Amino acid sequence: MKICPAGINARGINHTGGNMSKTFFIDTTRCTACRGCQVACKEWQEFPANKTTQLGWGSHQNPPDLNPFNYKIVRFAEHKVNNRVVWNFFSDQCRHCVDPACKYPADEYKKGAVVIDEETGAVIYTDACKNLPEEVFVQMRDFCPFDIPRRNEETGAVNKCDMCIERVKANLLPMCVKACPTGAMNFGDRDEMIKLANKRLGIVKEEFPDAQLLNVDEVRVIYLISDKPEFYYKTAAATPKTIGFSRKDVLAKIFEPIKNLSKV
Amino acid sequence: MTNHWIDIKNTDCALIMGSNAAEHHPICFKWVMKAKEERGATIVHVDPKFSRTSARSDFHVPLRSGTDIAFLGGMIKYILDNNKYFKEYVTEYTNASFIVGPKFSFNNGLFSGFNHQLKTYDKSYWAFDVDANGVPKKDKTLSNPRCVFQLLRKHYSRYDISKVSQITGVSVENLLKVYKAFSETGKPNKAGTVMYALGWTQHTVGVQNIRTSAIIQLLLGNIGVAGGGINALRGEPNVQGSTDHCILYHILPGYLPLPRASLATLADYNKANTPVSKDPMSANWWQNRPKYMASLLKAWFGEAATKENDFGYGWLPRGDVPKGLEKGDYSVMWIFDRMYKGQIKGGSIWATNPAQSVPNTNKVRKALANLDWLYFAEIHGNETTDFWHGPGVDPKKVKTEVFLFPSCHRAEKEGSISNSGRWALWHNKAADPMGDSKPMGQIMIEIVNELIDLYKKNDGVFKEPLVNLNWPDEYDAEDIAKAINGYYTSGPNDGDQVNAFADLADDGSTACLNWLYCGSFTEEGNKMKKRDLSQTPLQAKIGLYPNFSWCWPVNRRVLYNRASVDKNGQPWDPERTVIKWNGEKWEGDVPDGGWPPLATGDKSRSPFIMTKEGYSQLFGPGREEGPFSEHYEPVETPVSYHPFSGQLNNPCAKIMNSDMDKRAVPADPRFPIVLTTYSLTEHWCGGGETRNVPSLLEAEPQLYVEMSKELAAEKGIKNGDPVIVESARGRVEAVAMVTVRMTPFIIQGKKVHEIGMPFAFGWTKPGVGDATNRLCIAAGDPNTTIPEYKACCVNIRKADKVTELS
Repeated sequence: MKICPAGINARGINHTGGNMSKTFFIDTTRCTACRGCQVACKEWQEFPANKTTQLGWGSHQNPPDLNPFNYKIVRFAEHKVNNRVVWNFFSDQCRHCVDPACKYPADEYKKGAVVIDEETGAVIYTDACKNLPEEVFVQMRDFCPFDIPRRNEETGAVNKCDMCIERVKANLLPMCVKACPTGAMNFGDRDEMIKLANKRLGIVKEEFPDAQLLNVDEVRVIYLISDKPEFYYKTAAATPKTIGFSRKDVLAKIFEPIKNLSKV
Repeated sequence: MTNHWIDIKNTDCALIMGSNAAEHHPICFKWVMKAKEERGATIVHVDPKFSRTSARSDFHVPLRSGTDIAFLGGMIKYILDNNKYFKEYVTEYTNASFIVGPKFSFNNGLFSGFNHQLKTYDKSYWAFDVDANGVPKKDKTLSNPRCVFQLLRKHYSRYDISKVSQITGVSVENLLKVYKAFSETGKPNKAGTVMYALGWTQHTVGVQNIRTSAIIQLLLGNIGVAGGGINALRGEPNVQGSTDHCILYHILPGYLPLPRASLATLADYNKANTPVSKDPMSANWWQNRPKYMASLLKAWFGEAATKENDFGYGWLPRGDVPKGLEKGDYSVMWIFDRMYKGQIKGGSIWATNPAQSVPNTNKVRKALANLDWLYFAEIHGNETTDFWHGPGVDPKKVKTEVFLFPSCHRAEKEGSISNSGRWALWHNKAADPMGDSKPMGQIMIEIVNELIDLYKKNDGVFKEPLVNLNWPDEYDAEDIAKAINGYYTSGPNDGDQVNAFADLADDGSTACLNWLYCGSFTEEGNKMKKRDLSQTPLQAKIGLYPNFSWCWPVNRRVLYNRASVDKNGQPWDPERTVIKWNGEKWEGDVPDGGWPPLATGDKSRSPFIMTKEGYSQLFGPGREEGPFSEHYEPVETPVSYHPFSGQLNNPCAKIMNSDMDKRAVPADPRFPIVLTTYSLTEHWCGGGETRNVPSLLEAEPQLYVEMSKELAAEKGIKNGDPVIVESARGRVEAVAMVTVRMTPFIIQGKKVHEIGMPFAFGWTKPGVGDATNRLCIAAGDPNTTIPEYKACCVNIRKADKVTELS
């Protein structure tokens, strides 16, 4: 598995022009919430099922949230606007950010725990994450504008989508993309995906003038939505407040707890 | 389907009604999406619940379960009043011009010929006015008051929009929205497709729901054309294959009628079931039925079948129910009724879970315990195989001796599956069967071989039907497929596969287990294995893919395609050509009969070759409850009258009667809420298999009831609360899913609530809930006896404690 070796600074490289990195394009206007992506991901990773229930929950969204055994969750959001029912589907996953905020606290504690694959840009949590103190994990999760990282309490591993990196390196599609029947899930070289995203945006905008692509320059998982982001999920989009930290800000934020740790 | 899945992308307007296509056919739904994206098609979803299909449709129109004929009747009136019909198509290709005989009439909800005692019709009252040759008289100006067109107009003139709105709960605005959008496809260069499933069939007016849509599609000229058709979305358990091979009580493989006791000889059978037409323009394809029947018998009884013994016709069971048994037919509701009444000693259940999937399930579960013996072929235990230790059942008190033969999974054997588009697709074996499990075909072959030995040894009574069977020792899927295709039993081609059903004979020289599939496995090999994407440029324009798999009949992808061209053989819409005449022959799809175009005169044939007259049927004289459809309320209804007639319910509906078949009265104050039931993307049918797949159960873990916020507020129910839903037949625990996607209806000025529940959750998976069908009514359509799963009356309340959910 070709991963950016520890020590080489892969951060800050803007791959928007490069051909080598990969990107997902998720067209929510084609999604039927069939859960093919959610189930295929789980089956590929050979994860156990969580015990889920409708009692006290009453929703099709199961499991209710991302967790160590679900890297991909289809989120359901229903609304009634002007007597018209709208039901938005959001197939949530790690965005494989170009400059992932989660990597900063991890790096400060142990370089190489979180790595970016040079070839694809995939953000990978390695086994070394198991040894990250809880405070570091908390920061990783807090800094993520999309609230993605989850910790397996038993093993300590920090979990999220790994871009099916073994499949991608073997020239296969990520499992969720392969399972999707309608073309909601797309994956390929970044420039092709951005081209596709913009093409679809142009078409969708004719029917839905508020359609937008989310955080195109910052992420490798670009969502096309036809409605306000908060009508999909509270962290569907990263806002200026939640993303684009200056390096200084982030380092300032994380130094404090590290100072505390050093006392332990 | 008359068309096929890929063809959906060719449509200008898809009416998805009686179907939740995106949820139950998620992969094929991509063709609907393509129609939308690539053609700008309008996708219309008419359904009580706003579902995942509605989310991807252009608009969703909620209607009360069981009012589809009112809705569609209003559309027929709209099409006729606004001249939206395709005049030339209607005049030349439908029976609009036929003169109906003097005995036909309709009054106050009943057609002429009704026998009030037997609750059936004498259909001779609906016969056409015929000439000396028995050919229907016609008025091609469509103005004769007794012609079908005028009778049609008169019949649906009662379906005015305000009445339709009152009874369906659909606003006039929404009715017009749908009518306008869909009737646009009446133009010759526009095509509209109807996609339906169990939301239409599972009613006591199921067949008439579809009949009404057929009338609409014929008026609009949408049959036989690309992007058109009546497209049934068939079920995952190979429902298309099952019906083709007639795993149904009333027909033999290839949709041949089951013999009756009154038809003692094969000649009697053929006379009663073979239509005769003296119209030289009518191909009257069912005149070939004797060839298919003889070939079927020859395939079943092999060497033992001879001309002298009617090819073994006398060894077939008859469709009549013997004296002493509860009347009715051999459909599943009647079988369990007789079982409940102690009239059945034993039997077998294969690959189905009636203690979960058959309505009035409390009665079904009790009935099973009346049997002396019962055996199953199943991949693992379910609510039916394990009935003897179900909730509240003491195994010590159950006398039934139960055997379970372990079946392997379908991925552990090769075979074929037929999709909704009539495509037969071969699949290979992916893994070896686990343990001692075997394919069901193998299990059945072994059991029957044991029976044959016993009958021979003990010289059993009437042993011929068994000992004369042309029966293999081992199960081999390709061997069976070859016999299904058919082969010669004598003559110069003795032993060869038959090429096409036109070559089948009635003299015993051919054997064929299903004439429809003749051509699927010829001397060229197993056509069902083909995965070739090549097509001509003309075929590519509509995505015909004729070399991918094999479809019946004779690989014709779009049925009735000679209605897609004018009398010169030129397509109504050249941009979406299905077939066209190039002066010498047809190009494109396999033509629906290779005869030259109508303009060539008597060498041609009328396009609808499966009807006796060669014309499609606006007036359908063969259905049980009428040649036109009529709105009738579901057997359990929240109203006590409707605006179209004084006949509240389908007069011919098949309704079970026993002390366990209790019913609500119309507008019953105890049960004012309409319940509809349905399936899920994540679970398959009764859930026996999918509840055991952890990632699927995780996604849909437990029985819920979808209800409106308004109803929840009235009952003090919050989202996520356990609730009890009750009907006259039983009670079910479920979790409340309070949602904006369900809306109350205003019916006849009153608020009527509708709720919906899936039926996939059963007690063998503890804590997920148990059979929703304990609520549903054992009442069925008079043509098919399919139960009315989609509408019954219930009440709902918050539960203090629950035992079925945890």
